[in-house]
Amino acid sequence: MTSTLRPPPPAAPRAAAESPRPAPHPRRRRSWRQALRRDWQLYSLAVLPLLFFLIFRYLPMIGNIIAFRRFKPGGSIFGEYWVGLRYFRMFFTDPTFWEVFTNTLVLGALTLLFCFPLPIVLALLLNEVRARRFKRFVQSVSYLPHFLSIVIVAAMVMQLTSIDGAANQLVRMVGGDPVAFLQQPQWFRTIYVSSEVWQTVGWGTILYLAALTTVDEDLYEAARIDGASRLRQTWHVTLPGIRPTMVTLLILNIGSFMAVGFEKVLLLYNPLTYPTADVVSTYLFRMGFQSSNFSYAAAIGLFEAVIGLVLVLSANLISRRTVGTSLW
Amino acid sequence: MVILGTKSDAPQTRGPVDSRGYRIFRVVNTIVLIGVVIVTLFPFLNIVARSLSDEAYIIAGKVSLVPRGFDLTAYKLVMSDAMFWTNYRNTVVYTVVATLISIVLTTCYAYVLSKPQLRGRGLLVGVALFTMFFSGGLIPNYVLVTSLGMKNTIWAVVIPNAISVFNLLVMKAFFESLPTELEEAAAVDGLNTYGILLRIVLPLSKAIIATMVLFYAVSFWNSWFSAFLYFDRQDLLPVTVYLRNLIAGATSAESAAADADKVQAAATFQAVTIVLTTLPILAVYPFVQRYFVRGVMLGAVKG
Repeated sequence: MTSTLRPPPPAAPRAAAESPRPAPHPRRRRSWRQALRRDWQLYSLAVLPLLFFLIFRYLPMIGNIIAFRRFKPGGSIFGEYWVGLRYFRMFFTDPTFWEVFTNTLVLGALTLLFCFPLPIVLALLLNEVRARRFKRFVQSVSYLPHFLSIVIVAAMVMQLTSIDGAANQLVRMVGGDPVAFLQQPQWFRTIYVSSEVWQTVGWGTILYLAALTTVDEDLYEAARIDGASRLRQTWHVTLPGIRPTMVTLLILNIGSFMAVGFEKVLLLYNPLTYPTADVVSTYLFRMGFQSSNFSYAAAIGLFEAVIGLVLVLSANLISRRTVGTSLW
Repeated sequence: MVILGTKSDAPQTRGPVDSRGYRIFRVVNTIVLIGVVIVTLFPFLNIVARSLSDEAYIIAGKVSLVPRGFDLTAYKLVMSDAMFWTNYRNTVVYTVVATLISIVLTTCYAYVLSKPQLRGRGLLVGVALFTMFFSGGLIPNYVLVTSLGMKNTIWAVVIPNAISVFNLLVMKAFFESLPTELEEAAAVDGLNTYGILLRIVLPLSKAIIATMVLFYAVSFWNSWFSAFLYFDRQDLLPVTVYLRNLIAGATSAESAAADADKVQAAATFQAVTIVLTTLPILAVYPFVQRYFVRGVMLGAVKG
């Protein structure tokens, strides 16, 4: 996925010089019957994966109609009878919903603010390193947190921020009183975003580092002749060179804006920190599984998913109109 | 796009002589990057130190990077917990089964999608792509899995996540990069599609399959939420949920400050469990890291 920006037709991924692709066959439109007779073996390979998508991806989408119907646990998976927009009205008038909605936006915005630019910065810094082994070492270390289960990350966060943990040792060192960080709403966002930065920034550099190697050396040469300093070269040559990658990743980041770290919040929050930590997805989780209000939760989930889709589509559209880069 | 095939360590020679400012920058840069390494590694070292320390020192807030009052009691306790090992074994079983199924499904579909002349290919791609940006959501998925009778069975954690669209696109990109001549020749020799896939394409795809195995295995190894949602019985849980229950219990104990002994035990217990669950990943990480990087790049080639 991501990064580079060929129009949809399958671009040859290998270096073009290595194996020039034959010109595409002139496409003859065959009828379905002919296609089936000719390629039935190929189609047969697609049957199971297609079933997977239909049952476990598309059926739940249809299952969202329980957001408009009364649902009885153990009853039909499509609910019992129509109730129209009742559940939507319910959460639109629910003050808690707007509280968690705001929290989601704030947490999403903070995550975007830090987790999108920092990999670019780190990649630029790494790109200036000449000692290959040192560069390799920093890269390897910084990728590592990406491979940890979110449960392990959450457990580490709890250890680090506990009363006897490293964070409070620091607090005591500067003469403060220990803070129960995870019990205090005002600390949650800081903790969440820092752990997110810790886990994702290193891994996020990979695509940028790859893109950096594709920036044309001649452009640097030209900039140098024009007397551009290093900084100006970075600004005027390097950054425009990796802009397609940046835009693509930005669109993808925006797409996951609404779904902010559901699992991590679920692991790290507690009733004391709900005022800042509770997000739409965790709220609907509690509505569904603790209050057993499936239809209500499904309505919230559908709302969330639609917003997510709208965000991706509009980000994609805007970037195509303005910078000419898009996902599809 | 030519991301592949270019070395990411092309020597940077941008300018005959470095200016003074740039030399200073390079020193600062090195210091910053060392800082990144330290910040990244600190939590690991801290947890290891805590896991090896005497509880009394931990409670007193005296353990940071070096174990104090070296003590293996917590290790012995966790490792003598039969449920820990049951859950650990579950993780291994789920990971192996899920990875196998995922690889088969992903390979089949990716191979089909890589045939440009196939009628309906665009539709088949679209079916997969759309799910990247819109999903049914938690509740309908739960209702579905439950009504299929998959609750409290391994299938609940295996099947609903069988195909990752990202991995699918990576494999598709790889298959598209294979030269078509071999397959055409094999077809002339009378091999059917299955034969071509098994005897010609797959042997050429060992590297990408290894990468896919790693991608899937790590994600299944690390997953916890499906198991948390669909398993009621403790002996079915993977080790990630074992750890989750441990930390969830610890926070409620801490906030209630109920039982002092429990809290104390919790501190080292958690650290030990973290170490024991992270260990396998750390052990294989140095050897497999580059495959991951390669996989990500391959995925990046085609949006």
